[in-house]
Order: sequence, then structure tokens, then C-alpha cells
Amino acid sequence: MDSTAILAELPRLRRYARALVGDKAAADDLVQDTLERAWSRLARWRPGSDLRTWLFAIMHNLRIDQLRHGAPECVPIDEEAHVLPVRASQSDRIELDNLAEALAQVPEEQRAVLLLISLEEMSYAEVAATLDIPLGTVMSRLSRGRERLRQILTGDRASPRLRVVR
Amino acid sequence: MNAPVTDPELNAFLDGELAPARRAEVELWLAAHPDAVMRLEHYLAQREALHRLFNPVLDEALPDALQQAAVAPAPPGWWRRWPWQQVAAGVLMACVGAAGGWFARDHQVVAPLASTVASSVPLPRQAAVAHAVFSPDVKRPVEISAEHEDQLVTWLSKRLGTAVRPPHLGPLGFELIGGRLLPGNNGPVAQFMYHDASGQRLTLYVSTENAGNRDAAFRFAREGAVNVFYWIDGRFGYALSAGIPKDELARVATAVYEQLERR
Repeated sequence: MDSTAILAELPRLRRYARALVGDKAAADDLVQDTLERAWSRLARWRPGSDLRTWLFAIMHNLRIDQLRHGAPECVPIDEEAHVLPVRASQSDRIELDNLAEALAQVPEEQRAVLLLISLEEMSYAEVAATLDIPLGTVMSRLSRGRERLRQILTGDRASPRLRVVR
Repeated sequence: MNAPVTDPELNAFLDGELAPARRAEVELWLAAHPDAVMRLEHYLAQREALHRLFNPVLDEALPDALQQAAVAPAPPGWWRRWPWQQVAAGVLMACVGAAGGWFARDHQVVAPLASTVASSVPLPRQAAVAHAVFSPDVKRPVEISAEHEDQLVTWLSKRLGTAVRPPHLGPLGFELIGGRLLPGNNGPVAQFMYHDASGQRLTLYVSTENAGNRDAAFRFAREGAVNVFYWIDGRFGYALSAGIPKDELARVATAVYEQLERR
């Protein structure tokens, strides 16, 4: 592993962290912690294996630690609290103002999978390896995450109510 | 007879992760389910919008802290991250005394790991990481400063079990700041740090663990932003690291080599 290779992955790590965490400073802190842990685990890096998956996996584990020990994730607790002033969009284009806020309301384990696939364009197998979960779990989290996001963005009331998570 | 199409399958269809045979079945099914088509279109719009919202991050200038961290852990918060940095640098057993109890505890837990790391990390990389960890440190770049060069020499020589003395690089514009003791693969190694008038820092990493190695001529390695010249002389391994151009570093390395040869 060398720094040039890591530098090349940095923009993507930052993009994913920003989308996952929301806050810019917190996202960059997560990226920085990821790099530091990567260096500390130099010896576990297998040359020839996918550096990107390895780095994303480290970031994922750090994020889990953060959520476990740090501030609890903001999860809407009732239907009222999460209703967004979303206009039923005339066009198919999603308003970006709404997107960040809506994304934050998707449970993180679903959000992570959704972002790795829709934004980072990883294959299902790469996501399974990165998050260390079975392929079936990748698929179910993805489908629930996308549908949840759609419901929030379109204010689809006919959809099942959001459950209280954790 | 077709199995019912599940939501995960619809998504797999969208992401091109469905087996071709099943793909055809899903297409057929979709023709009869416009609501599902609408949902898929929305998922596509999500993908496009996510890129629109977050792709600008790719073009943002990297914050300095991140750029540094891509080479090695950055100084801010380094006390908190100390154990990691120690492992990273193979410098776990640095004698930073004061911290007493908790340090000893960490020590025992992480030491086996540290030795594993160190043994798999070649000389230039160890030197470059040690350089990257300590040279940005403003407050405590060295354990014993150049003001007490005699003490430094006595102490390091005693710990390394052989006479170790920092070369003088004044004529090349580099003054000694001081030095520190670090753990190598199986025992202590020394790091001397220098700086020039512009504040540019340079470190000389001296290891005495090369019993099995034959002499090796100058070699060059690049570890991120850090350039390293290293060579092996008897049981001594030397590595000179700095974030300066290769030819400039080569000049300093030659001077160091010549001084050490004369001893």
C-alpha cells in the first residue's frame, strides 16, 4: 500500500462519508480516522486486493463504533415528526434541497447500502464484502432503503408507516 | 411458471445484478405492473440526484489534515491516537516514561502486534512512517534536543549497544534538532532529526538489527510525500527521509554516508 494509491481513493471516501454522515466536518473526521486506522493496519493489507473495498470497510467499522459509543443516530420517532414539506414534484427530477434531509431519515444501515450502490456504484458482491454482510442482506437493505427514500421524497402516504427503529 | 417478482429482485434488475433468464421474466412482469415501473423510475432518479448532490465533493480541494493523514496520522489529537500511531510507525515502545500505568497496559496488549507489524515492514517504510509521525510535531519532535547532544549520544549508544553519533550536516544547511529512541523489529533504533532555515525537516533513522544482511548500496524509495534514501553497512541500516526532491536528498545522503564511513 502506498500513499499515492490512498490519495487516489480520498475523494470517493469523502463523497461517501459526506452522504452517509451529512455534516461536512464530521464526515472529514471520519475519513481522517479511516486513514489513520488504515496506516495502523498496514500489515493486514494484502497487496493485490481491492484497496477501495478495504478502506470503505475500515470506514464502515469506525462508523459503527461511532454510532455505538457516540451520539445516538437521529431517528424519527413518529409519523408527525418526519413529515417533510415536500411538494409533489411535477418533474421526475428530485429537488436536491429535499434529498439531503430525506436521506438522513433513512435508517443508516439501509442508507449505507443504498449509497454504496447508487452513489459509489459498487456491485452487490463488493458491498457484501465491504460491510461484511450476506448478499441477501445487501439486497433487502437496498430495496428497503430505496423504497423508504422514495416514500419520504414523494410523501407517499399509502405506503406502510415508518417503524420506530432501535 | 414464473415465481413472483420480489422487491429485491426489482432492484437487482435495475442494478444489472439479475441473471439473464430471470431478467426476461421480470421485464415481462413489469409490462403488467406500471406501478412497479414508476418506482423503478424513481429509484433511477434517486441515483441521478445523489450524484448531482454529492459529486461536487469529488472536486473539492482536500483539507490539509486529510492530505497529511493519507501519508500518516496527523498531529492533531495525536495523544488520543497514540497507540494507533505507535503501531503504525512500529514505534510502540518509545520511552515516553511519564504515562506510567495505562501506557504499560496498552503496551502489553499491543506490543505483540507491533512487533508483527515491524517485522513485516521494510527499513525505508519504517523510516518514512517514523518521519511522517514525528517531523510535523511542533512541540515534541525529539526526546533529547541538540543542546544536550552529549547526553543524546551517550543514551542512544547505550540503548543501541554500539556507538551512535549524529552526523553534522551544517555545511548542507541542516542543523540537528535532536533525536529519539524507537522500537525496531527486535530492539531499539534511533532517529535523528534535522531542519534547515526554512523549517524543512529531515530525519536519519539508524537501525542496528541487520546482522543477517549483506551490505547494500544506496537505494531510493518513495513513500507518499516522503522520499527516502537507505543503505546497509554491516549491522547498521540507515535511512534518510525528507519531503524534499530526490536529488537534493541524494546530496545529503552522500554527505551522511561519507561522514559515517570516516568514523
